[in-house]
Amino acid sequence: MYKILEKTRFSDKVFKFRIEAPEMAKHAHAGQFLMVRANEYGERVPFTFADWNPEEGWVEFIFMVIGKTTAMLSDLEVGDCIQDVTGPLGHPTEMGEGTWIVIGGGVGLAIAFPVARQLVATGHEVHAIMGARTKDLLLLEEQFRTILDDDHIHITTDDGSYGEQGVVTAPEERLIQAGKADRIFCVGPVPMMKFATLTAQKYGIPIIASLNPIMVDGTGMCGCCRVEIDGETKFACVDGPDFDATKVDWNDLRARQAAYLTEEGQSLKAYEEVRCACQR
Amino acid sequence: MPEVNGRWVADMKLPRTPDNEEPAAERARDFRPVDKGFTEEMAVAEASRCMRCKNPLCVDGCPVNINIPAFITQIYNREFGDALDTIRESSMLPAICGRVCPQENQCEGRCIRGRKGDPVAIGQLERFLGDQPELASKPHMMPTNGLKVAVIGSGPSGIACAGELARNGFDVTVFEAFFTGGGVLVYGIPEFRLPKAVVKREIDGLMDLGVKFEYNSVMGRLADAEELLGEKGFDAVYVATGAGLPKFLNIPGENLPNVFFANEYLTRVNLMKANNFPTYDTPTKHGTNVVVFGGGNVAMDAVRTAKRLGADRAIIAYRRTEDEMPARRAELHHAKAEGVEVLPLVSPLEFLKGEDGNVCAVRVQRCELGEPDASGRRRPVPIEGAIEDIPCDVAISAIGTNANPFAKLIGGCELNKWGYIEADEDGRTSNPRIWAGGDIVTGAATVILAMGAGKRAAASITKALAKN
Ligand SMILES: Cc1cc2nc3c(=O)[nH]c(=O)nc-3n(C[C@H](O)[C@H](O)[C@H](O)COP(=O)(O)OP(=O)(O)OC[C@H]3O[C@@H](n4cnc5c(N)ncnc54)[C@H](O)[C@@H]3O)c2cc1C
Ligand SMILES: Cc1cc2nc3c(=O)[nH]c(=O)nc-3n(C[C@H](O)[C@H](O)[C@H](O)COP(=O)(O)OP(=O)(O)OC[C@H]3O[C@@H](n4cnc5c(N)ncnc54)[C@H](O)[C@@H]3O)c2cc1C
Ligand code: SF4
Ligand code: SF4
Ligand code: FES
Repeated sequence: MYKILEKTRFSDKVFKFRIEAPEMAKHAHAGQFLMVRANEYGERVPFTFADWNPEEGWVEFIFMVIGKTTAMLSDLEVGDCIQDVTGPLGHPTEMGEGTWIVIGGGVGLAIAFPVARQLVATGHEVHAIMGARTKDLLLLEEQFRTILDDDHIHITTDDGSYGEQGVVTAPEERLIQAGKADRIFCVGPVPMMKFATLTAQKYGIPIIASLNPIMVDGTGMCGCCRVEIDGETKFACVDGPDFDATKVDWNDLRARQAAYLTEEGQSLKAYEEVRCACQR
Repeated sequence: MPEVNGRWVADMKLPRTPDNEEPAAERARDFRPVDKGFTEEMAVAEASRCMRCKNPLCVDGCPVNINIPAFITQIYNREFGDALDTIRESSMLPAICGRVCPQENQCEGRCIRGRKGDPVAIGQLERFLGDQPELASKPHMMPTNGLKVAVIGSGPSGIACAGELARNGFDVTVFEAFFTGGGVLVYGIPEFRLPKAVVKREIDGLMDLGVKFEYNSVMGRLADAEELLGEKGFDAVYVATGAGLPKFLNIPGENLPNVFFANEYLTRVNLMKANNFPTYDTPTKHGTNVVVFGGGNVAMDAVRTAKRLGADRAIIAYRRTEDEMPARRAELHHAKAEGVEVLPLVSPLEFLKGEDGNVCAVRVQRCELGEPDASGRRRPVPIEGAIEDIPCDVAISAIGTNANPFAKLIGGCELNKWGYIEADEDGRTSNPRIWAGGDIVTGAATVILAMGAGKRAAASITKALAKN
């Protein structure tokens, strides 16, 4: 059992957990993830390390409520326990030299943040491009502002309710043209990553994407997380989750991510019904 | 009367005691155990068929050389506890091996009575004893010796090694990546063939011996061999991570939704209980037409699981013929009785995408048996133009595995070019403090071989550390 030491609420749907996990804290790196099984009946779901502290023996992850598991997690409080937490899994992000653009869209911002923070901590100049559909869905703005100056933060919303209206590729292209990008890291919805990649490719800037297919074991045993990279099948949990974004087959990733939409909806609905009944 | 003038005479007229099976039509609808095992009367009757050979070939056929005539004699005399002790001299997991060993290629395959008629049901007799662990005498425990051993992986190899070491007085910690112990025995082999309670009993038994289990511990990431042997203060490490990554068919469409590797399909059900979704959160796909590629135990388990999840048609597609299938014969027979169709002599060419984006059919090449090759086996050769599309909504590939990627990350010892650990008969690796065994050394093999390797490594560790 893994104890929740701290729960931070960033918005209605976005939370951060600090979990007691001394051994994991000693071995975590930016870009790696852990897997959670909330309780005995739970599914195993992956979350990227947001922070960790080997001296104090904890790890943190940030999550957005989108389905049953994340809804269930959001109902847990400090002092409660998570049944199983496994990690670290996956390869750490490789932090090459130069100026970086870190692009995060939607929940991807939770994954982008620790990478940006680690880049800053290791002396890189970093520009963050934060994308969201609308203002309310923009995650972690304050956290990004604690590590980056305002002129290094570029916000876009699809509906123009905040920041500039449009998609992440507009500021991306401007920064590239201004010579502010030696390397790019991106994570978010598939269409966003795809277009961010096309833009980077146009200028020959190396770009890596952190891929988030559905996972079951996270240890390379089942093959559920497979992605197609340069025509070859790779397992995101052990070969990734970071890959050269120019080599990713995006259609394949998108189709596999959507494979359980019906079942996921069913699961969430059943949970919400029970939850409402309890609160009555 | 089997004893004549004080000499044993086997009952040669008695036919082999049939398995105590649940009716096929009923059992194929749920995950209940297919085979209820022998009753005491069945076991004693079957024991009377053994000829108690002076030169028992069955023993040679068993990879761990269990003294088969001895334990069968003890069963005949109703000395069940002693019989179990006899087995335990050589095998730690009779309840499991009695159920899953490919007996027809091993002990029973060599049994003299099999030459004319049916061999003695050695596996069933072994299981009969294994299922009554309370009858065994208490294991002899050596005094604690203050030495610590880390075992990586809780599959049959890891648990056999851990048990033996604990009895030899070592302080043993098993590190397991999953949240529960047993390896393939829990996530791969289905409940209807090997009840999870049987596996749990073995793990609980180890805990009673003082073995510690650290779950959710992916070694190589959480700690490597160097750290275990250094900072963590272990005196030796036994690596038993099993085989790993599924092999690809390498054909177009392999990554379409609803095309599975057997490991995923089986793990969702066995470990995550997707058959009880939405009580359990992990879903799976309940196909109506399911095609499984492969001919081994893994393929059989997948296809029979598909049947139990409600498939109307569950097809096993194999590139050779039934005779060459590496699966246990019992599994093939059970599968067919449950309504599984066998499609021999086909090789898959492509998975086809339906309108909804998911797999809708698999294109196969029909083959026929050609001339015998150098090994004397007739190879399948494509029949020109015989290409066919088999409709399916779930397709599963079960054609084997590659080496577990964590062996390299755990490090500390040499791997061969395929990523398996180099180890000798006793499990010794290039590092004098690291031993390894089971599937991570041999490639995907069997439970009994993995168990045997664990036991031999434990003996070798005991000897090596006693010297220092
Ligand atoms: C390597 C990796 C790192 C991630 N890091 C974060 C993070 O830091 N913060 C965060 O909020 N989210 C992260 N995610 C996504 C997160 O795992 C999903 O949001 C979560 O699984 C949703 O579960 P659910 O039951 O709440 O939703 P569901 O209703 O089950 O699913 C909603 C969507 O989430 C995805 N998903 C569902 N089950 C899984 C699964 N078992 N594995 C992976 N994806 C799944 C699918 O695309 C699905 O359509 C990460 C995913 C991966 C693969
Ligand atoms: C579906 C299926 C059916 C089978 N049927 C039969 C059968 O009928 N008869 C038969 O004899 N054999 C059968 N086999 C083969 C048999 O199960 C294996 O040969 C045997 O389990 C190998 O044992 P092992 O201990 O080497 O590894 P495994 O059983 O694979 O156990 C390895 C364990 O190590 C853990 N692990 C892996 N990496 C790490 C890490 N880095 N850190 C910590 N832990 C780790 C894994 O989670 C796992 O629990 C079958 C296999 C499968 C998949
Ligand atoms: S361990 Fe397997 S091969 Fe050996 S006697 Fe038992 S069933 Fe036969
Ligand atoms: S070979 Fe068969 S008959 Fe002979 S001892 Fe073994 S089991 Fe008995
Ligand atoms: S999640 Fe199973 S192989 Fe990656």
